[in-house]
Amino acid sequence: MESVLILTHADETGAALTKPSLEAISAGLELSTRLGVSIAIGVVAPGPIALPKSLPCAVVAVSGEAFAQPRYATDAAACEALCRAQKPSIVLAPASSRFTRVMAGVAHRLGGVIDTHITAIRGHAGIEASRWLYRQRIEAVITRDARPWFLLLDAGTHAAFTADPSAPAVTIEKIHVDLPALRTTVTGIETPKQDALTIRPDAKLLFVAGAGWTKKQPDGQVRAQEAGELILGFLRASGASLGSSKSLVDQGEGQGGNSVLPFLTHMNQVGQTGATPRHPKGLAACCHGEEPHVIGWRFIAERRAISLDPNCGWTRGKADVVYIADAFRVMAKVNELLAARSQS
Amino acid sequence: MANALHIVACAGIVPDPLQTLEPTLAPTGPAIRNEMVLPAMLDPWAACALYEAASLIAKNPGEPQNPSKLWLVSLTPKAKLQQVMMTVAQKLSFELVPIDGPIGGFTDAHSTAAILAETIAALPGLDRGKLLLFGGWESANRGAGVTLQLIGERLGITDQFQGVDQIELRDDGPFEVLERVEGGRHQVSVCAGPPAVLGWATGNLPEPRNNPQIGMDNMRTIMPVLQKAKTAALDTNSLRYVSATLPAQQRTTRVVKDMHPEAIAQEIVEWIGKDS
Repeated sequence: MESVLILTHADETGAALTKPSLEAISAGLELSTRLGVSIAIGVVAPGPIALPKSLPCAVVAVSGEAFAQPRYATDAAACEALCRAQKPSIVLAPASSRFTRVMAGVAHRLGGVIDTHITAIRGHAGIEASRWLYRQRIEAVITRDARPWFLLLDAGTHAAFTADPSAPAVTIEKIHVDLPALRTTVTGIETPKQDALTIRPDAKLLFVAGAGWTKKQPDGQVRAQEAGELILGFLRASGASLGSSKSLVDQGEGQGGNSVLPFLTHMNQVGQTGATPRHPKGLAACCHGEEPHVIGWRFIAERRAISLDPNCGWTRGKADVVYIADAFRVMAKVNELLAARSQS
Repeated sequence: MANALHIVACAGIVPDPLQTLEPTLAPTGPAIRNEMVLPAMLDPWAACALYEAASLIAKNPGEPQNPSKLWLVSLTPKAKLQQVMMTVAQKLSFELVPIDGPIGGFTDAHSTAAILAETIAALPGLDRGKLLLFGGWESANRGAGVTLQLIGERLGITDQFQGVDQIELRDDGPFEVLERVEGGRHQVSVCAGPPAVLGWATGNLPEPRNNPQIGMDNMRTIMPVLQKAKTAALDTNSLRYVSATLPAQQRTTRVVKDMHPEAIAQEIVEWIGKDS
């Protein structure tokens, strides 16, 4: 008989669960209902936490100041203690940076197995999980007999759990953790050295800038500064998240590591060597749309591109609409229209 | 800095990203059709880890009687690895530790980690107190991002960092690490010193230029160890593939030519404003 444990953790305030944690709760509740098995929720938080009401299962938690810092030694010990207390056969957890760092180690300590980047869980008699391989180029459905089986769920693949405000508050059972000697201290969070944060995971639109922005334009001139102003102007006006191709980020490496567009870092990279973000819409400009780039668009629902090349990769079934046009002129006008709309 | 470092970088090989990948069913399970003959390269994030390791060794060479060392451990078919080494060996100096094993991303990470951990633990001259275990935070084939953690656990290393973009060693032993976290930010941590596991993201270094002299020096040791590479079979750990397919990704693309930029801009703004 299977039993499910959903591992969750507090957000940076320490007072509430993260959105990916709530998504994992939804996935776990759906799975346990389908299989008709018991379920519990484990929480890692520094102190008292506001859990969603109407959780229809037991909640166990580890808490203490040591868990305010996302750190391997403490988080692994916390998750191990929660698992040992519940003895689950299936463990679901969000693929946050915090849990991605530790969950394989926890699975090993418990003699279990782990699979990550899970996008869906199906099956009635057994459990089958979907995930992607070869950088989102092959979709596989896997299953295992070994237990406990840890499954890390990609963010954005399930709806977040919503509480019934009229339900009574849930009772939390505290679990004791023996901490190992700590050798690592988290000293802070560093945001990119730029005038605005350009990576916005919750944005509705992903804007991907390709190397074409810094190449010679039809007038024979390189207009990188103007490109930078147009891109930043669009991000400000639209609230989009900025992605980039590796070639554009790498361009400035001979100049002391700064990109030609100085607000771009490797963190903006989308594709084969970068991220595969999940946004409802994506707009590419001056990016040729070949396979290493498009891998990063696997989970973008609606795709449009602006390119001067009528034979670019986007036109070969990879985008919904491709505008064969000068991105400088189009984006300048887009920025004008967005500015006018925000003033009206 | 006088303290010597012993850095072990783990790296596999993956198909060149421009190649078409087609899944097929082999007797052992799913595989990529003709993967053994596709042009291959060192796994991109693991390659970043290797470049960062070499840079760290160059900055911290240790002492003549106690020098810093860099090993590259790779579990992959040795014939394919030899081809990839023709390029990689020209970029930086390292000691290759090859393990002749299956190619591809459909293998089980736990079995891979067990073999790698066993090999690393047996490395002659490795001082575990000085060990920094490097690798990519995910591979470009399996992409599970768990192998390094599992090796670390098997070697008893409980200071682990993933998505690392920077490491800075301090004179008195500790080091500062920048790890990628949500929202395009970095978490800054200070660790008391080795041993530690660092799964690298892109880092900050460009790909080193090819240097034929380094290549010749490396190949003198690489060819003999490739010939003597031990063979490893991977257990499935009960992992079974129900299916492995290419996604149905073809879209009906509307290619818009001869439209005025103002009209295009209007259409894009309306599209952005619509609820999807």
